Amino acid sequence: MDNFPIIRVITKLLMPYILLFAFYVQFHGDFGPGGGFQAGVILAAGLILYGLVFGLPALHKVAPPPAIERLIALGVLIYAGTGVATMLLGGKFLDYDVLGHHFLPGWLPEGQHLGIFLVELGVGVTVTSVMTVIFYCFAGREPVDGH
Amino acid sequence: MVMLELIDILVLLLLATTAVAVARIRNLWAAVMFTGIYSFLGAAWMLILDAPDVAFTEAAVGAGISTVLLLSTLALTSREEKPIKKFPILPLIVVVVTGATLVYGTLDMPHVGDPTSPVHTRMEPSFIEKSDHDMHGELPNVVTAVLASYRGYDTLGETTVIFTAGIAVLLILRRPGKLSVASSNRSQPEESDG
Amino acid sequence: MDISSVLGLFNYWIVIVLMMTGFYIVIARGNLIKTVIGLNIFQISVFLLYITMGRMEAGTAPIIQKTAEVDQAYSNPLPSVLILTAIVVGVATTALALALIVRIREDYGSIEEDDILALDRES
Repeated sequence: MDNFPIIRVITKLLMPYILLFAFYVQFHGDFGPGGGFQAGVILAAGLILYGLVFGLPALHKVAPPPAIERLIALGVLIYAGTGVATMLLGGKFLDYDVLGHHFLPGWLPEGQHLGIFLVELGVGVTVTSVMTVIFYCFAGREPVDGH
Repeated sequence: MVMLELIDILVLLLLATTAVAVARIRNLWAAVMFTGIYSFLGAAWMLILDAPDVAFTEAAVGAGISTVLLLSTLALTSREEKPIKKFPILPLIVVVVTGATLVYGTLDMPHVGDPTSPVHTRMEPSFIEKSDHDMHGELPNVVTAVLASYRGYDTLGETTVIFTAGIAVLLILRRPGKLSVASSNRSQPEESDG
Repeated sequence: MDISSVLGLFNYWIVIVLMMTGFYIVIARGNLIKTVIGLNIFQISVFLLYITMGRMEAGTAPIIQKTAEVDQAYSNPLPSVLILTAIVVGVATTALALALIVRIREDYGSIEEDDILALDRES
């Protein structure tokens, strides 16, 4: 889209706000509308917009495909790992009440709040990376002529 | 409230019009665009119905990601639907009969927004009261609390489904080791649509 | 049937119209992409049905407000939760369907159901 300066300039202007909004939705999801699923799709939509306007190679520099492919698994791992951690701490699977820590007590969340934070992070990572990888797969493919 | 009702009815009529337009149009490119509009109207209606979380997601997914995916598929396949030889009458009859049955079924349903309907009265205490107690007032957003805590197993399953679908798309569409080569040859995949 | 019950059930009727439009596109058209679009329309109508049922008159979004009066009514959060996950799972499975369509087109050279069936019969 080299011929459309307006689209390029507006995309560059909007980009930081889209990313910031995605992170806001992710980490403020406990207090306002939001959470991992919403943040994941908003972040992925931002990355896809960047890829559409500046081309796939530019997006590959921002989000390298090997790294994104590993993030798909990492998200599910964070989610299930939270469950395993609660089991190791003596609770049931995904029973967040047992989660506690000794860093800055009172400042950082504990118990249910910490568990929900970790779980939403896992969901957000998986959703973002799956959507981005799906876009890479479709956009990176050459069209073939039918027989 | 009358204003909200009017907006509600207007959005609903627009939704119905868009859906019928999608069914009638032969050009696939236009149909995809109408689907994007349809999703966005759906998101707007969800916002009116007090579900901001869902509205966010629907706006980003329906009007953003799925439209882009459908357009990329069109670029890889074809843009026109094959013209039909004769108008199929049987599907229309099936749809009208099914629709009439469903409308008959709604006559016994509680009205929209009725506070005494089973949806609002069957769970005692409701998630709202329970979450206020269990989360020690730290999580005002009940949707997040239900999603990640009360229905944590379900959400783990959903995340796994998304994970599996992503891996499956990767396996189907990526030729081994060719992703980066193919993409650098073809820097702007949407150019033909622009 | 009076005007209040017409207004009270109007949302459901429109949802049924949308649902049936999606259903019609799925069963009447042989084009694979059009079928996926039809499924999408059907899917969103189901989402709207759930969200409509969770709505409460004079209620607000299910985010607890400490400053609000005690008897503030909230819409039911459960339909929101179910549909929230369903939307994202829906787009992931749609992408899977589209990936299969792309592969079918590469192998058969067509995305029309009858062409594909004819090619299958020949071989």
